[in-house]
Amino acid sequence: MDLYEYQARDLFEAHAVPVLAGIVAYTPEEAKAAAEKIGGVVVVKAQVKVGGRGKAGGVKVAKTPDEAFEYATNILGMDIKGHTVNKVMIAQGADIAEEYYFSVLLDRANRNYLAMCSVEGGMEIEQLAVERPDALAKIAVDPAVGIDQAKADEIVAAAGFAEELRGKVAETIVKLWDVFIKEDATLVEVNPLVKTGAGDIVALDGKVSIDENAAFRHPEHAELEDKDAADPLEAKAKELDLNYVKLDGQVGIIGNGAGLVMSTLDVVAYAGENHGNVKPANFLDIGGGASAEVMANGLDIILNDEQVKSVFVNVFGGITACDAVANGIVKALEILGDKATKPLVVRLDGNSVEEGRRILRDAKHPLVTLAVGMDEGADKAAELANA
Amino acid sequence: MSIFINKDSKVIVQGITGGEGSKHTARMLHAGTNVVGGVNARKAGTSVTHGEKTLPVYGTVKEAIAETGADVSIVFVPPAFTKDAVVEAIEAEIGLVVVITEGVPVQDSAEFWALAQSKKDADGNQITRIIGPNCPGIITPGESLVGITPANITGKGGVGLVSKSGTLTYQMMYELRDLGFSTAIGIGGDPVIGTTHIDALAAFEADPDTKAIVMIGEIGGDAEERAAEFIKNNVTKPVVGYVAGFTAPEGKTMGHAGAIVSGSAGTAQAKKEALEAAGVKVGKTPSETAHLLREVYPEHEEPSNL
Repeated sequence: MDLYEYQARDLFEAHAVPVLAGIVAYTPEEAKAAAEKIGGVVVVKAQVKVGGRGKAGGVKVAKTPDEAFEYATNILGMDIKGHTVNKVMIAQGADIAEEYYFSVLLDRANRNYLAMCSVEGGMEIEQLAVERPDALAKIAVDPAVGIDQAKADEIVAAAGFAEELRGKVAETIVKLWDVFIKEDATLVEVNPLVKTGAGDIVALDGKVSIDENAAFRHPEHAELEDKDAADPLEAKAKELDLNYVKLDGQVGIIGNGAGLVMSTLDVVAYAGENHGNVKPANFLDIGGGASAEVMANGLDIILNDEQVKSVFVNVFGGITACDAVANGIVKALEILGDKATKPLVVRLDGNSVEEGRRILRDAKHPLVTLAVGMDEGADKAAELANA
Repeated sequence: MSIFINKDSKVIVQGITGGEGSKHTARMLHAGTNVVGGVNARKAGTSVTHGEKTLPVYGTVKEAIAETGADVSIVFVPPAFTKDAVVEAIEAEIGLVVVITEGVPVQDSAEFWALAQSKKDADGNQITRIIGPNCPGIITPGESLVGITPANITGKGGVGLVSKSGTLTYQMMYELRDLGFSTAIGIGGDPVIGTTHIDALAAFEADPDTKAIVMIGEIGGDAEERAAEFIKNNVTKPVVGYVAGFTAPEGKTMGHAGAIVSGSAGTAQAKKEALEAAGVKVGKTPSETAHLLREVYPEHEEPSNL
């Protein structure tokens, strides 16, 4: 889960990383009050989980609380690359002498962590990495050791910080490592990390991604979730503990196992090319143990998607045999009753497939069509969505 | 022959008394796996019975190895305890640990992987191989199942399969059930995993019973691209590929924690192109991939004994 800048700032502060005052505001009035509280020059910053907000006009320097009110009025509701701004952060103005860059992230390929650091901050790091790779120090971090004082010293030296700055920057890096490890992050990035006119090191803008698998040891992370930004169907699916992603298409998809469902989306999209270019409407993985209740919940979510014209249920019976899945579908349709209005194409294969198909044939539900094989099922579902 | 496990593998189950551990211990025994015991510190000294087989429960992996000579462990403990379980298996110097558990924090995986890497034998080889986490495990049909793959899809044969996804593994085994498999291994869909596509490809290349290889990938990371590079330089057997997630949008996690397209990285298209550049034919669908495999499969091979 990616965090907003203000959430990253708050986590930094909680782990003693030096930051400036910052207050989140949802209305121009709140923005003005925040500016008054902070005092002096402030920066009104759009809170969106996408880069390039400065260029889009989402960051403005306000000299007075009234100016903060005015800028917040303009920025709130703005669309930045498809993201609507519904909150701003009022940040204390910084007296910037120099800008640097630091990040630590999970390195999938090497199965460890990577720290990146540069004395040339402020710009997009991807651009820096391409244009001036020598200016970006990349240091591997051993998960068994982490970033201790020695590693932090190595990082600042490799990045080319002046001698007199190294101690202070290294100290901040060790604290940023605390954020990374103690919050179960997969990314902690500071861009820019600045030196102020007074010579202090401050994390001015931060980006943090946290690992949702670690939620069991961070109950407080639940509050960081962006509930108002989520799609309503996705939010409902999450409440039901379903693995659902809303997409822009007409064929609802239910399957078991992430890989098979991803594959089903592709096969339906290919089939759609022959049927008016219909596309998959969603990703929904009901997992290995697909009970009737889970199937009913899944169908309910999908049938509530107004875009959906047909549904393709694609299940490979493994641990859960096909007869259990078929019973689940029949019971789910009973539970849904009149709410089930769209045609269902069901493809079953694997354990007890004959029994599963027999159950569906005997149920003779008018909405259900049986398909042999994934390709045939996808084709039929696409055809029905285009009817 | 096969890779990583065979009929001689002696398997212990970490979490043998839990719901999942118990259910799958019974299934593994039924598939012919030589399960020799289990581990649960709180139930040490007791035993569990499945059919005619009574299995002792030990307090530690070390003790289980000493008593039974186990060389493989499978982990079914919940995510909060997975790291400790895997660390214990590594410290006990078991040869293979298969981690089925889904939802393990990635920092925990990075930590136990670092530990596994630091434990080398006299020849400098890593002592403990890890498969997973968040994987269906591994099956050498007719010999041993260390995982949750249905054992009755197909039998022994010459196809080697490595996949990030569980149900796609089953789907592909089903598509090619008449040919049969030497070993099918699900490496898992997490960002940090133990055994990689490359490790499995290298092992299949060296395994005389494997005649052709199917490699299944999905969006996220660059493991498939690196596997393509490896195939180009190191694999002489025919390889066909499949990649899931062409229609996945950027920034949305598709079920597996590792299955996310970020920026230009991790797309199915990029993976397909990398594999094709390495001479690997890539199917658009599982059925087309199965068809491509048949085209490269040596004709004289005996069909599966299923």
